Amino acid sequence: MKRILTGVAAATASLVLLAGCAGGGAQGQAPAGDTIKIGLNYELSGDVATYGEANVQGIELAAEELNAAGGIDGKQIELIKYDTKSDAAEATTLATKLMTQDKVITVIGPATSGGMKATIPVAEQMKIPVVSGSATADDVTVDANGVKQFAFRTCFNDSFQGTAAANYAASKFGAKKAVILRDSSSDYSKGLADAFRQTFTAAGGEIVSEDAYAKGADNFNAVMTKFKGQQFDVIYLPGYYTEAGKAIKQARDLGVTQPILGGDGFDSPVLAEQAGTQLTDVYFTNHYSSADQDPKVQEFIKAFEAKYNTEPNAFHALGYDTLKFVADGVSRASEKTGEGVQKALAETKGFAGVTGTFDVDENHNPVKAIVFIGYKDGEVAVTEKA
Amino acid sequence: MEQLAQQLVNGLALGSIYALIALGYTMVYGIIQLINFAHGDVYMVGAYVGYFCMVHLNLGFVESLVIAMAACTVLGVVIERVAYKPLRRSTRIAVLITAIGVSLLLEYTMMFFVGADTRTYGVLPPFMEQSFSLGGVLITMKQIVIIGVSVLLMLVLQYIVRYTKIGKAMRAVSQDADAARLMGISVDNTISFTFAIGSALAGAAGVLVGVYYNAINPLMGVLPGLKAFIAAVFGGIGLIPGALLGGYFIGASETLVAGYWSSLYTDAVVFAILILVLIFKPTGLLGKNVREKV
Amino acid sequence: MKNPLLRQVLTLWLPLVATYLIVLLLVRAGIIDAYMQVTIATICINIVLAVSLNLITGFTGQFSLGHAGFMAIGAYTTALVTMRFDSLVGFLGGLVLGGMIAALVGFLIGLPTLRLRGDYIAIATLGMAEIIRILLQNFEFTNGAAGLSPVPQHMNWTLFFILTVGSVMLIRNFVRSRQGRDAIAVREDEIAAESIGVNTTRSKVLAFTIGAFFGGIAGGMYASYFYVIKPEQFGFLKSVDILVIVVLGGLGSLSGSVIAAFLLAIISTLLQPFPGVRMILYALLLIVIMIFRPQGLLGKRELSTALLPRFGRRRRPEPSGKEAA
Repeated sequence: MKRILTGVAAATASLVLLAGCAGGGAQGQAPAGDTIKIGLNYELSGDVATYGEANVQGIELAAEELNAAGGIDGKQIELIKYDTKSDAAEATTLATKLMTQDKVITVIGPATSGGMKATIPVAEQMKIPVVSGSATADDVTVDANGVKQFAFRTCFNDSFQGTAAANYAASKFGAKKAVILRDSSSDYSKGLADAFRQTFTAAGGEIVSEDAYAKGADNFNAVMTKFKGQQFDVIYLPGYYTEAGKAIKQARDLGVTQPILGGDGFDSPVLAEQAGTQLTDVYFTNHYSSADQDPKVQEFIKAFEAKYNTEPNAFHALGYDTLKFVADGVSRASEKTGEGVQKALAETKGFAGVTGTFDVDENHNPVKAIVFIGYKDGEVAVTEKA
Repeated sequence: MEQLAQQLVNGLALGSIYALIALGYTMVYGIIQLINFAHGDVYMVGAYVGYFCMVHLNLGFVESLVIAMAACTVLGVVIERVAYKPLRRSTRIAVLITAIGVSLLLEYTMMFFVGADTRTYGVLPPFMEQSFSLGGVLITMKQIVIIGVSVLLMLVLQYIVRYTKIGKAMRAVSQDADAARLMGISVDNTISFTFAIGSALAGAAGVLVGVYYNAINPLMGVLPGLKAFIAAVFGGIGLIPGALLGGYFIGASETLVAGYWSSLYTDAVVFAILILVLIFKPTGLLGKNVREKV
Repeated sequence: MKNPLLRQVLTLWLPLVATYLIVLLLVRAGIIDAYMQVTIATICINIVLAVSLNLITGFTGQFSLGHAGFMAIGAYTTALVTMRFDSLVGFLGGLVLGGMIAALVGFLIGLPTLRLRGDYIAIATLGMAEIIRILLQNFEFTNGAAGLSPVPQHMNWTLFFILTVGSVMLIRNFVRSRQGRDAIAVREDEIAAESIGVNTTRSKVLAFTIGAFFGGIAGGMYASYFYVIKPEQFGFLKSVDILVIVVLGGLGSLSGSVIAAFLLAIISTLLQPFPGVRMILYALLLIVIMIFRPQGLLGKRELSTALLPRFGRRRRPEPSGKEAA
């Protein structure tokens, strides 16, 4: 009999625990109807928290501005924010929570492609759009099975950026030979490197050498010494500023003088801090430039600096644009449901954001311009739009 | 040939840093048979203290180095007293799990206060930015400073361990703690002192790396910590010359793998070295085989 | 209550089937919504990971820091097989294959390294898991750092229930078997165990292989539920996550691991609004448990005697948790 009691106790205990989860999750639900709920599913801790946080700062600034201006159709925007811990499975879990328990109309985030991809099947199932400001992998919005109806983004994709860099290398520097140094732990870096290689070799160029480092790498002396022993015109370094800054500095210290090209992962003041005056002849593709004299951009920069006391980078700007993009979609949606917003977002034409004015194409990618930013002696010397 | 010489210079600088960290591992292991997982994070804290001194207090390199070493000394002793001492009679697994806990605690507490983003040491004094060319091989002043400071600290350590009273106590405790206690040596104080020295060296390594790469972040200690541990195991854990040998060996092999094969595999090669050493000579290159007694 | 069969039915099978049916009903009735289902799935995966690591670390005393590596092998195998053969049979085949490959790797790694002393094994297993992760990141067929997606979803509550309960029971039966007793003897005192004729290396390798198998199964369950797998998900921190569950529940208590998996899911939900402090609390939890209650919640006992000590046989003396170092 005692054993039976134990068994029953065990079963009850587990049910109580399950109920506990339910109770915990159900809290924080505001009464529906008064606000427009938008979920933020972002990397706020863990490996890529920097990008998640940057996006969220931009989003929160945009929400403040929109709400101060009366919200969407008179309704205030309510942001519900969760932390994926930079874990894809957690992103799936939280997207599900936002869509089922918090009943949001759209989910924004995660910032990285892997996290974003993990939420798309949920979005398709629940018929709620997911929008990212910085998931750049080509197959986020479209893959062999076709367009993912409920996935959108406000940034251009990896192959667009890699291709642009390869063309720039050829046109600006007349480069015939290039070396590639990519980040092996990042699919973003691989996407850029693949596109660069393809475009560069298709135009008659040659990739002389290719190597990769792992995230968090400190020491680039060895690989730069190896490159130094070879003949080439440019280095393509599609990585994040954390490692790129060190790589650039060590290359210049070793006397490697060729131009270095990168992608939007370079966009941080830390890059210039790390490489100092050695940051010279370095160019990267970006979504926007803070030197852009467009009044919309300058107003955004002013507002951002007032709120956060720091200069915004592309991730901030993309976050800002993403919320405005979603809000635009919600206000145009005839039905205020996930499906209604999906339709409106897919039909977006001429959306004017700080990272450029764009339409959404049939693959749910924004059609927008790319900016080249060049450094000389640690200062921005070149800004070109293409 | 020129390139090989250049790679060896690169490897020497990197190896000096591994050696400095490995010394702390090896001394602590020698005295209480604990893999101090938090050691790499003490190195990280040292880098941040140096950053704070140089960037916010505008102190010079030498002052910052000394302050960082002092701060890490205190940190090391506190960690030992608070986290490890209560577990002196526990299982090894319990102590090892605690060490992992301390490591995570240091990393994420630091991240909580300074954020996850990279910090930079900023502009260095001009003399640090010089470089010399020796027959086509480029040596930077920073590399010279790293190698010089490391060698100096190792000599000081060697002097302490060989010729001072506390050094003798350390050697005695590592040979047989109970016998040492019977001889009137304060085992607890000796262990704390060992942590103090090891942590000071790690702190110095942190500042040197901060200057060398000009970039630090709260998780910077994880990988170098592991590699320094591997260096210590390679040379023979518990042996000070072993840690030096291991540090330089790992530094050189990493540089050569990146230079002549691919950077992709540097970490994998280092871990493979570890597993091979553990399989074929678990006591390390300089270690003697010790039979386990009942 | 003399009939052992009847007793087993009443104490074990009845509550289990009841739990299964109740959850199934609640899911059908919509009371357990999609989010709670994901939470339950996470808990089930964590249970399998924790009990399999507990077999290695808790019962056999071999400190493994590489469990995420076995999980990765299982996850990638299952994903690759189901992406090619998208059917229930393909999934189950992939799952078993993943478990077997993980077990094989566990065996190959275990054979040489388990001759080493305790803390060397920790480092060797950590190194192994890192090598697995680096290889997955650099192989073409695993799609590098981008990982594999979309992985077809085949896991559902029924499969989760069967696989989780099945794994726990199989490991429980192993622990109670002769080989399991040998393993425990190795943990308590390796030299003494050897002197009474236990083949310690064989015991260790066996526990390691079985633990790796179920680690691989858990990886397969994960891959087939969460759509995306990437090498970075199987890093050192994943191994630490699993370790925290095992330590919290009690090294050497399977029911402890199960309870801890539930508890940590709740803690993790509660900490959701405070991303910055989550890891700090995890770290403090590890240290505090080790200093003040190194045996974890349940120590080496199992739930039945722990919950109701007065009704059980006479209460056993508290295990001290302080074995010879």
